[in-house]
Amino acid sequence: MSTYLLCLVLFCVGLYGLLRKRNLVKMIVGLAIMGYSLNLFFVLLGYRLHGRAPIDAPDQVIENMVDPLPQAVVLTSIVIGLGIMALLISLAIRIYEKHGTLDITKINKLKG
Amino acid sequence: MTLLVKTASRLVVVLGLIFGIHIILHGHLAPGGGFAGGVIIALSFVLLILAFGKDAALSKLSLKLASNLENVGALLFLIIGLLGFWGGAFFLNILVKGSPFRLFSAGTIPLNNIVIGLKVGVGLFVIFLTLVILEKSKKEE
Amino acid sequence: MLRTNIIPLFVIIPLLSAFLISLLGKYLKRQFIYTVSNISCFLLLCFSLYGLNMLRNTGSNILVYKIGGWAPPFGICLVFDGLASFMLVVVNLIAFFVNIYSLGYIEKYTDKPKYFTLFFLMLTGMNGLIITGDLFNLYIFLEVASLASYALVAFGTDSEDLEASFKYAIMGSLASLFIFLGIAILYGFTSTLNMADMARIITEKTGSRLIPFVSVLFIVGFGTKAALMPFHAWLPDAHPAAPASISALLSGVLIKTLGIYALSRILFNVIGITSGISAILVFLGSLSMLVGVLLAFSQTDLKRLLAYSSISQVGYIILGIGLATPLGIFGGLFHLFNHSAIKSLLFLNAGAIDYAAGTRDLRQMSGLKEKMPVTANTSLVASLSVAGIPPFAGFFSKLVIILACIQKGYFGYAFIAVVSSIITLATFMKMQKFAFLGKLNEKYNNLQEVPRAMKFSMVALAVICVCGGLILLPGLNFFLSDAANVLLEGSRYAMKVFEAAK
Repeated sequence: MSTYLLCLVLFCVGLYGLLRKRNLVKMIVGLAIMGYSLNLFFVLLGYRLHGRAPIDAPDQVIENMVDPLPQAVVLTSIVIGLGIMALLISLAIRIYEKHGTLDITKINKLKG
Repeated sequence: MTLLVKTASRLVVVLGLIFGIHIILHGHLAPGGGFAGGVIIALSFVLLILAFGKDAALSKLSLKLASNLENVGALLFLIIGLLGFWGGAFFLNILVKGSPFRLFSAGTIPLNNIVIGLKVGVGLFVIFLTLVILEKSKKEE
Repeated sequence: MLRTNIIPLFVIIPLLSAFLISLLGKYLKRQFIYTVSNISCFLLLCFSLYGLNMLRNTGSNILVYKIGGWAPPFGICLVFDGLASFMLVVVNLIAFFVNIYSLGYIEKYTDKPKYFTLFFLMLTGMNGLIITGDLFNLYIFLEVASLASYALVAFGTDSEDLEASFKYAIMGSLASLFIFLGIAILYGFTSTLNMADMARIITEKTGSRLIPFVSVLFIVGFGTKAALMPFHAWLPDAHPAAPASISALLSGVLIKTLGIYALSRILFNVIGITSGISAILVFLGSLSMLVGVLLAFSQTDLKRLLAYSSISQVGYIILGIGLATPLGIFGGLFHLFNHSAIKSLLFLNAGAIDYAAGTRDLRQMSGLKEKMPVTANTSLVASLSVAGIPPFAGFFSKLVIILACIQKGYFGYAFIAVVSSIITLATFMKMQKFAFLGKLNEKYNNLQEVPRAMKFSMVALAVICVCGGLILLPGLNFFLSDAANVLLEGSRYAMKVFEAAK
């Protein structure tokens, strides 16, 4: 149970970064931390007591392995997170070229 | 970059490529698979850019060739899936499945791993190269 | 003739054409790109209509395709039932007309292969999300479509486009994170990812307090994708910044597929709707209706006005679906179909004005009716339809929603629906007056009508706006009532999927 609470703490750290920082890159880092905390939560859901890694070999039994399905799902989720980070970083670089600043309080042409 | 970094990275780049290919090929037996191996291959190319500058990496694998390889990888993956239609269902595993725990077993899964490794490796290299070129063009203005 | 093999083709065809155009588009001539995209969209439209016909001829009205031959709890299955065939027809029809429009509109942008690649990737994501039967597969297709739309919004690379795309990307990613948390908790609760299996287990394991928490997470996540009221802040910046044909797709089908379809599929069929969730949905829907149209009334930018009006009309659809009565769901889905055609047509008109006159500001344009008759007339048809004037299609769908509200006893929400319909009429009459009527501005004296491809799409969508009410006839009624029945039967969806998968 305490591991799930620590995932929540990590999520809140990322949320603080997304809400309170004014630099674009720091906001992106906050979003990344939130994504990784949720991936960690999903992997921890698959833990079985006294389990081993779910790698099949001629001398392993399946009964004392952890759940392998969350691990496959989280691999896909990490790839999706990578794609989003790549897009956000290139957007941030282009915004810096056009506006000359990375401060979000100064990039506010769209209003109303 | 200093002489120390350049000498060491000459060895590490080759080791990284071999290690990445090892992880891709053993994707159905050990942890890893297409995506993890692809990232390691891309990282060895990125190390080449960091140590020697982007022209060294561009001479090994130009941007046009990399983009074409990426698209070919995606198309190959789709074609491997479409081959399953001969067996009756989309993505059916139609190749011969050998005995378990051998390297040449499990039908189309190693082929999928290889194609994904190619696409992810080249794709991450292209992303990094695009960000470097954007940075350079901004500095020249 | 039962050919269930066409079901995966809805994902294969756009994916294949996206990567073919990306690979060969730079080397062959421009005509190659146009040919490939036309053939793909036409094939998708034909298959979706054929699938609609095929579904009527089966007995149980549901078709299941097992990917790789693996039966449902172990493998991913594609489920093609009444609601999926309805959404597929809507998405592919609008995508076909927008594709024909883009052939004329894309002359203003330089990078044509990338535009069509991203267009087809977005179409892959939407089609895949509609037909999938597995919850994590739904999340993957949701992300594919969202990523393609973030890149498409930033396509013009003005400074405002980049800022709008950044805001959209951050808020969209946040919504996806909430959806992922909901999926994780549901997996921990039921230990399966297949939607039918999950529905069966949730009906057996009642009384947990985790399920209402997951419902709220899904409402927040999918509500942000659908631009419901407290989560709407990205839409008025993102939709005007995209190229006009992409704005038509975004506002016409993307927010409805990613937001409303996914939300109703999960809340009705997997989790099972309760009166508390229904009350939340109805409240959020009517809040969107009223505030969206009040904010739309004061805009001077044409596309921003249409974007705020989108928020208002999505409120109507959520109000209809959230009532969870047969008439309400029927009205909500009917308004979904009508509004796709109407809003796409309005955004295509705004794109035509931008292509010809070069401006989006309502205060600078006037009297364009003399020079651009096709655009002006189709815009008039769409405005009357969205405001709910009989005999256009919008009148019938709004009438059904208001009658469903009264039938359930929510007189306050019905009154809000009528008031926002009146303010919508005022907003669009203002848009018509500023843009088309009045005296021609001198600088537009040598304006020309838009090319033939753009005119064809606009006229075709206008015909759908006018004749949309014909769906209520008894012969064509099956199109909507099949879809509404799928949502109404709730968790019995699980039994039907397992029956059809044998």
